[in-house]
Amino acid sequence: MSELSEATRRAVEAAQAAGAGEAEAYAARESGREVRVHGGEVESLTAATQSGIGVRAWIGHRVGYAYGTDLSDAGVATIAARAATAAGVADEDEFAAPPAPAEIEALPGLSDPSVTTWETPRVAELALAVERTALAADERVVAVETAVYADSSERVAIASSAGVAGEYESSSCFAYLQALAAGENGRETGLGFGIARGPAGLDPEGVGAEGAARALAMIGAAKPESRACPVVLDPTVAASFAGLIGGALGANAVQRGRSPFAGRIEEELASPAFALHDDGRDPEGPASAPFDGEGVPRRRTALIEEGRLRGYLFDTYTANREGTHSTGSAARAGYRSLPSVSASNLLVASGELSEAELLQRAGEGVYVTEVAGLHSGVNPVTGIFSVGASGRMIRGGELAEPVREFTIAGELVAMLGAVEAAGAEARWVPFGGSVRTPALLVAELSISGS
Amino acid sequence: MSGGNGDGLIAPEVAERVLARALANGGRFAEVFAERREGLTMAIDESRLESVQAAAEEGAGVRVIDGATTYFAHVDGLDPADLERAADEAAAALRGERAEPRPLGALFSRPIPIERAPADVEAGAKAALLRELDERGRAQGPEIDQFSASYMEARRRVAVANSDGLLAADDRTRTRIGAQAVARRGDVVETGAETLGAHRGFELLEDDPGQIAEQAARKALTLLDARPAPSGSMPVVVGGGFGGVLFHEMTGHGLEADHIQKGASVYVGKLGEAVAQPLLNAYDDGRLPGEWGSDGIDDEGAPTQKTLVIAEGELVSYLYDHVTAERDGHEPTGNGRRESFRHLPIPRMTNTYIAPGEATVEGMIEEVENGFYAVSFGGGQVDPATGDFVFGVSEGYLIEAGKVTAPCRGATLVGNCLEALAAIDAVADDFWMKTGICGKGGQKVPVGTGQGHVRVGRMTVGGTAR
Repeated sequence: MSELSEATRRAVEAAQAAGAGEAEAYAARESGREVRVHGGEVESLTAATQSGIGVRAWIGHRVGYAYGTDLSDAGVATIAARAATAAGVADEDEFAAPPAPAEIEALPGLSDPSVTTWETPRVAELALAVERTALAADERVVAVETAVYADSSERVAIASSAGVAGEYESSSCFAYLQALAAGENGRETGLGFGIARGPAGLDPEGVGAEGAARALAMIGAAKPESRACPVVLDPTVAASFAGLIGGALGANAVQRGRSPFAGRIEEELASPAFALHDDGRDPEGPASAPFDGEGVPRRRTALIEEGRLRGYLFDTYTANREGTHSTGSAARAGYRSLPSVSASNLLVASGELSEAELLQRAGEGVYVTEVAGLHSGVNPVTGIFSVGASGRMIRGGELAEPVREFTIAGELVAMLGAVEAAGAEARWVPFGGSVRTPALLVAELSISGS
Repeated sequence: MSGGNGDGLIAPEVAERVLARALANGGRFAEVFAERREGLTMAIDESRLESVQAAAEEGAGVRVIDGATTYFAHVDGLDPADLERAADEAAAALRGERAEPRPLGALFSRPIPIERAPADVEAGAKAALLRELDERGRAQGPEIDQFSASYMEARRRVAVANSDGLLAADDRTRTRIGAQAVARRGDVVETGAETLGAHRGFELLEDDPGQIAEQAARKALTLLDARPAPSGSMPVVVGGGFGGVLFHEMTGHGLEADHIQKGASVYVGKLGEAVAQPLLNAYDDGRLPGEWGSDGIDDEGAPTQKTLVIAEGELVSYLYDHVTAERDGHEPTGNGRRESFRHLPIPRMTNTYIAPGEATVEGMIEEVENGFYAVSFGGGQVDPATGDFVFGVSEGYLIEAGKVTAPCRGATLVGNCLEALAAIDAVADDFWMKTGICGKGGQKVPVGTGQGHVRVGRMTVGGTAR
């Protein structure tokens, strides 16, 4: 048994000794590094190690939580006792109970050895290559605000008094930059990014070129006229919306009446061109793991298929409340957070049209390459949204002049009904969670500009 | 003295040893930042007390600066062995001659005093407060369909020592409650939220905190009668308090010296120039007593201060941390902040506000023929390099013929910082501060925002009305 699993076992015992009827402990140990470069030099180099444990304690149907960084015997005992004390403050909730143990199938391939075998100078060079490529792309790319490489390797262990026990290792890394291009009326920014399980899987030149291309494309952008028109969402924007939809499909939001999808199972609410799955075991998925934040096996769940709403995402609590099974959708932001319902990897189905064909199909409209203000511009209860955006006009089925400082507005569920086509090429996007999506053509959205 | 000021976190002789190790392979500056944080959060939802969470973390971050490069390592734990490990990791990539830190000077510490430590108040009293919020929120009417509220207390003790001989400590207690209401009438669903928070102890909650529950519920109920917001360019009156997030986003971030030095701000080269009309004065003030964004010192040990950033419309100062101040040959302004010991300090706002003006709220509205009144925002976002911003309006109304009329839902304000700041043509004499959580570079810190009502002559409102 590893040291980490040992700590979880001790914590469960200590919580029970402190008065908990049932207990669960989740521990994580992580090491990571981050390189930021600017102007051809390393701006900062960070090396980090951290570990901690979070304990959930149940007294009857009352649940409490405590976490901390002290993994010594005494430290773990203190954390466990605090969890039991916290449970004593909470109200009784008949559905609060630990999950029963289930067979956990191993999920190999979550770690890429290059995370550890590539030494720091080599990953620093990777970040420098990202910046260099962007600067070399065009003389109008005048600077890169920051180019970043970061990675982490994590070991996670979980144990409970109900008999749950599991442990796994995973690694991840990403690189991104914000390129600055000079136009006549000030500067334009362009984001380029890549994600992988290790630096060997990144394409630094591709990341740099994307940032440069996005910044250059925005030079000379003006406000578009207000209108209602076809809109093509590029994959980064489609991913942000998919993330919002994934959140609204969480059973916690649905059961508390805070989701536009509540009470609509099997309703035909989306266009047949739009399908959405959650897959916590996708071999390429950044959020993949053998089990979720409470030790329930990850799996694939159909959310929207053939235009119909197929299901919601459940953790153990919401499943108990509904009289169904968890979909393995209890997520944690590390040991510092209680598990709660969240999507793992969201997969938006690809269609058959190339990007050029999508634009042809749109005819006259707007190609949106960036949205801002999603956290304040979307009502998660009703799905009504109005968010800031920038992108390009589509004229005669082709990309035309850049546009900025406008809003796109609509309603999430209605937008799904208006998806006319999905692009053929999908990519992984780390915005709005972890999403793999192609570009989407929406028949009509409101554009508000000048 | 120990404990109370956070100086007990790290003994001076240990700090000196750690700094010496950090400089073992060279570097012109080294720093150790130690922190112990404890907290309690709980919530009430569906009238049930839940999500009771207790936290206790401690650790340290060590950084070494050599040329233009910062080397940083952080570890959990505050044992001398943990700190030395962090120093060794930070120094590992350096290849130079050993440098010598200066001996540490006297401890500087002036924590913001609190009256009643939240940790000394029994949990039952906090639970009772949430139950009161729940009752009062729901009592606002049968159309209140959902209500939830949260309680948060956090104590951060920090200590900083650096190779220039600085030794400083702080002891920070923050308390905050929030209320969220959902109102429903048929298919129409609206939300309302309100918060109360401060760099204070439990005394913050002695004076009828339950009224925030009623305010949140009333906002949601008001919006049930709302019509979709209009679209177009028009005069916009922005409410006081959290309305100040507009200034925070569209100007404050652009004044942070890291953005300036990278050329990624629309305020580059604008020091000494008029960026607003002469009626506008604005400050960043990390010393406002008890305010949410106040601290005794910043996270590099510099005393927090009151910095005038816009004087009668003229841009007069940027906001600096240690690294950017050194680069510009400027004194630090006490704006070097970090989310925790796991993060590098960067220039951040503290409490940022537009100072009260001479206009009256009634007067500035009366002068508007057709416009929009944005009472408060759900949040906002800006790209400092281009100056493009977006704000989601959480409570807004039409202004017609000089009068505030129908409530509107779904409004978003978009625009460009330089244009919108220059377009502020009235600042009212009412003034208050609100709490916010500001994100930058993956780090969240508590900030205060404030102002009286202001009027922006012209701004784009993006609504959902067809």
